[in-house]
Amino acid sequence: MTKFIQDLAETHRYQSTHLLDILRSIQTHYHYIPEAAIEQLAELLKTPRTQIISVVEFYSFFHLSPHGEYEILISDSITDHMLGKKSLIDYLSKKLNVAVGEVRQDGVVSLDNTSCTGMCDQGPAGLVNGHALTHLDHQRIDLITDLINQQKPLNEWPDNLFLVEDNIIKPGLLLNQSINQGSALQATFKRGLKETLSELEQSGLRGRGGAGFKTATKWKFCSEEPETLRYVVCNADEGEPGTFKDRVLLNTYAHQVFEGMTLCAAIIEAQQGFLYLRGEYLHLYEKLQGILEERRQAGLLGNNILKQGMNFDIEICLGAGAYICGEESALIESLEGKMGIPRNRPPYPVTQGYLDKPTVVNNVETFMAAASIAINGGAWFANIGTEKSKGTKILSICGDCARPGIYEYPFGTSIQTVLDDCGASDVLGVQIGGPSGTFIANHEFKRQLAFEDLATGGSFIVFDNSRNILEIVNNFIHFFAHESCGFCTPCRVGTSLLKKQLDKIIEGHGSAGDVVALEELCQLIKTQSHCGLGQTAANPVLTTLERYPELYQSQLKKISYEPGFDLDGALETARRLAKRNDAGAHLAQVEEES
Amino acid sequence: MANKIRVATTSLAGCFGCHMSFLDIDERMLQLVEHVEFDRSPITDIEHCTNCDIGLIEGGVCNSENVHVLREFRKNCKILVAVGACAINGGLPAMRNFIPLEECLNEAYLDGIGVENPQIPSDPELPLLLDKVRPIHEVVKIDYFLPGCPPSADVFWKFLTDLIEGREPALPYDLVHYD
Repeated sequence: MTKFIQDLAETHRYQSTHLLDILRSIQTHYHYIPEAAIEQLAELLKTPRTQIISVVEFYSFFHLSPHGEYEILISDSITDHMLGKKSLIDYLSKKLNVAVGEVRQDGVVSLDNTSCTGMCDQGPAGLVNGHALTHLDHQRIDLITDLINQQKPLNEWPDNLFLVEDNIIKPGLLLNQSINQGSALQATFKRGLKETLSELEQSGLRGRGGAGFKTATKWKFCSEEPETLRYVVCNADEGEPGTFKDRVLLNTYAHQVFEGMTLCAAIIEAQQGFLYLRGEYLHLYEKLQGILEERRQAGLLGNNILKQGMNFDIEICLGAGAYICGEESALIESLEGKMGIPRNRPPYPVTQGYLDKPTVVNNVETFMAAASIAINGGAWFANIGTEKSKGTKILSICGDCARPGIYEYPFGTSIQTVLDDCGASDVLGVQIGGPSGTFIANHEFKRQLAFEDLATGGSFIVFDNSRNILEIVNNFIHFFAHESCGFCTPCRVGTSLLKKQLDKIIEGHGSAGDVVALEELCQLIKTQSHCGLGQTAANPVLTTLERYPELYQSQLKKISYEPGFDLDGALETARRLAKRNDAGAHLAQVEEES
Repeated sequence: MANKIRVATTSLAGCFGCHMSFLDIDERMLQLVEHVEFDRSPITDIEHCTNCDIGLIEGGVCNSENVHVLREFRKNCKILVAVGACAINGGLPAMRNFIPLEECLNEAYLDGIGVENPQIPSDPELPLLLDKVRPIHEVVKIDYFLPGCPPSADVFWKFLTDLIEGREPALPYDLVHYD
């Protein structure tokens, strides 16, 4: 092992910023991160061993104890549940003879849940050693079980298990018009950099990750920083459950995305760019590396790009299973090889980002749109949309509809139009913008997709009337409790308390004051948390409590209070050990009225 | 004096440290008893509480007897208060929550060094232990929480005088910060 680690560190030039890549290689090779490897890395990277351990513990895809040679993770997104995930994982667990969350005794296979893997239109989905599995059903599970029991290497598994479809159902302004390689850069150099920035300004393009900051303003701020070393980062850590458009954009429009990044680099004068690709999209990694190489060959990346004297290259960094790394400052920390804990803002990344240098972080779709705007001009884009939201938005639509997939709409489109197009009927409500967004009820479908009404990073989950709202909310709240980075107390403790309080109400132990207590807790988490994760983690409860208060109240018992756990059950161990079963050895769950 | 405010106190899985801190209000106790009458409490030896206004509970819930006492207080006190870290979080006794109860009892009564006549006590007079020590608000509804290990005498004084004078109790920051 010593040689393996030594070689690995050398390949990465002993850079501690490459820690995630190094750990990923170790995890792939040994199926965990051995203590000895950590000791050795600490020496080689001149990084405290505790810091390495904290990174291993932070990311879901790294483990301190051995996992199976085949590590299977099943996506726990609400959309996978709607497609029968629960019974599938039970079946898989029985077939493989391993409990969920455990490693089989022979060490061959381990099984667990994972947060949404971004295959919501082709679920139930999962990962085997990081590679995406789609359309799971009994037949496929039988096949997978056989392959594992025969210990077939992954590259000998049938390709169709790993087939990921694009499902572009309704292309619009951007998706219809794929650009020629290099044409956006040529147009930019021809027009002039300043002039292109002002076209971008005119286009009104706002960040597509959800927050909606003006792209041209961000690039302008960054270019005006006195520091000359600057970076471009493309945020492809698409972790919001129900979102998968960036996966499709990177699969089919990667050239355009990279071109948008290069365009940004030209304007802000950056020499280095990063694509931060979520670990769940490992299947795209090789393909994207190939495209980068192609672009280098074509003179679109590397030294003296298009003979304009511009030097710029892009590196791909893989995440390791942490939703929080979609937050831009957490993403930068992660790029630096650390735990993904959001920074204090200000300073914003445009002034102090990667390695404290000015950095532009934008979403995949933003870079793609920027490249199109560079060719077609600002007015072309600004003609479409609403006053404050220009252009189109690419949606990932999934859930209860006939045609889940990728749809592109001008801003200002009504929710009803979208529902009609995707073949949704008998709709109960729609979750817009994922768990951190808003749940809207079926009397609100005249509302519009737009920053001024319903903003979304792209997630659009449809629920029909057969669904139970509290189950949906419960899935989302458990998601946030799992993904909280643990840095600030209101979020770390708050999301766990929220999970317990909601479980208590849903399981029927709630009484008079419990919904009030639930709401107070939500407000506390929302107002006191350090970053966007905590500030939005209570949204699933708040947005449904506002619309369906009677639903929550109806869960409550007509008594003043009941414990949220089985009181008599808590005496079971003591009863058994003391060999007692008299009346005094039992407790009623609720005090009897006398 | 008629219509005195009736106060009951008890310690569940606690160390009586909170009660000791309460007594640290010293001579102010004399002012207090002009307005307050003590019902069930270690300082009165009254065994059961009846029709009280305020119940002060120290300690968490570790056994079945704690549950019964807590319920008696809830039933008979208009306002029920969790006093100190153990009542609020489980505190020191809750450190056993990380060890399975069976291991705890085996170590104490069967396998531990120096144990004679090893047996798990089974007398019906003895309350049974809960598998985990719980904060009291997980078992009954609690109206107020006084933080601290223990809460200082001034915390008790401020809280009780607020209630006696008909104000919503509020603890200023300097009474509840500990660093």
